[in-house]
Amino acid sequence: MRRWLAMVSLLMLVLSVAPPVRAETPTPLPPPPGTVTDDQVNAVAKKLYCPVCENIPLDTCGTKACEEWRELIRRKLAEGWTEEQILDYFVERYGERVLAQPRPKGVHTLVYVLPPVFIVAGVFILWRTLKTWRTLKEEAEPEAPAVAAQDLPEDPYLRQLEEELRNRL
Amino acid sequence: MAENPSVPQQTTPSRRRFSWGAWLILGGVLVLLAVLGIGVIRVQRGVQVGDPIPPELTLHTFDGKTYRLGDMKGRVVLINFWASWCVPCEEEAPYLQRAWEHFQAREDVIFLGLAWTDTDDKARAYLKRFGITYPNGPDLGTRWAQVFRIRGVPETYVLDREGRLAYIKIGPFESAQEIIEAIYQVLGER
Repeated sequence: MRRWLAMVSLLMLVLSVAPPVRAETPTPLPPPPGTVTDDQVNAVAKKLYCPVCENIPLDTCGTKACEEWRELIRRKLAEGWTEEQILDYFVERYGERVLAQPRPKGVHTLVYVLPPVFIVAGVFILWRTLKTWRTLKEEAEPEAPAVAAQDLPEDPYLRQLEEELRNRL
Repeated sequence: MAENPSVPQQTTPSRRRFSWGAWLILGGVLVLLAVLGIGVIRVQRGVQVGDPIPPELTLHTFDGKTYRLGDMKGRVVLINFWASWCVPCEEEAPYLQRAWEHFQAREDVIFLGLAWTDTDDKARAYLKRFGITYPNGPDLGTRWAQVFRIRGVPETYVLDREGRLAYIKIGPFESAQEIIEAIYQVLGER
């Protein structure tokens, strides 16, 4: 019994002296060569929209169709396809509408051309309107007519009063 | 009584006229709105029974054959949109195959299957699984789907001998007989 107690005491002493073991989060192992990570797939997928579920980008869509499309992207990436090649493939297969950002070709050019045109036109219309308002205001407020010296009263006080009243009009 | 010169005269504002630039902008906006409006109406309307379907629509099948709609004048054409991930499509797939086997010997009826937003390997596996033998291929660029303005799968359209839309089925068929009846109706034999 005494021997047992001595061993336990020794063990406790060793444990108390031993440096604390730091809990470390295990570093994730790099993916084996040739495999494609989810991040790589999603980097391409977020540039695509599946026609089945409108307004949800492919990287976040949970339908089976989108799952299959993401698998297709993974396979193409594993085969060494570039992002541009994959996007071209999807456009050829599923149409231009799958792109999150339409390419500036054909009627899609309007998406890029019209907003700046409307902004410039809006600024121009605003400037013209403000200018017109200013002109109308100036026309509505004519300058005080010049007063002939003989029209002013002789009394200096009255003369000053008259002048100030006219200036205020 | 002499008029007081200090009272400002009421000026009548001159009538403002739009410059040519303003007319141009207004005209441009109206044209744009008209184009957008027509587009929205067309999208909402879709195709209707009696509408001619563009003959240039072409199907490139999974087994390498090509079918152009314009070359099928004189035949009743059944066009079925499906996808391998679509459960109702699985339900109607055997009915379509059975109906095709019913008409296969006739020269004046053809079935075309279009895999909508599907991947090739899954689509091929689906066709193999259900033993489908009529021509099937991907809807490249979703050109067919855009013409028919489909809203989902399955959807089926039947064209008459003149290439006009004669029958529409949104959703799955519930029996092979339903398909056969629809085809005979378009053929004018029932």
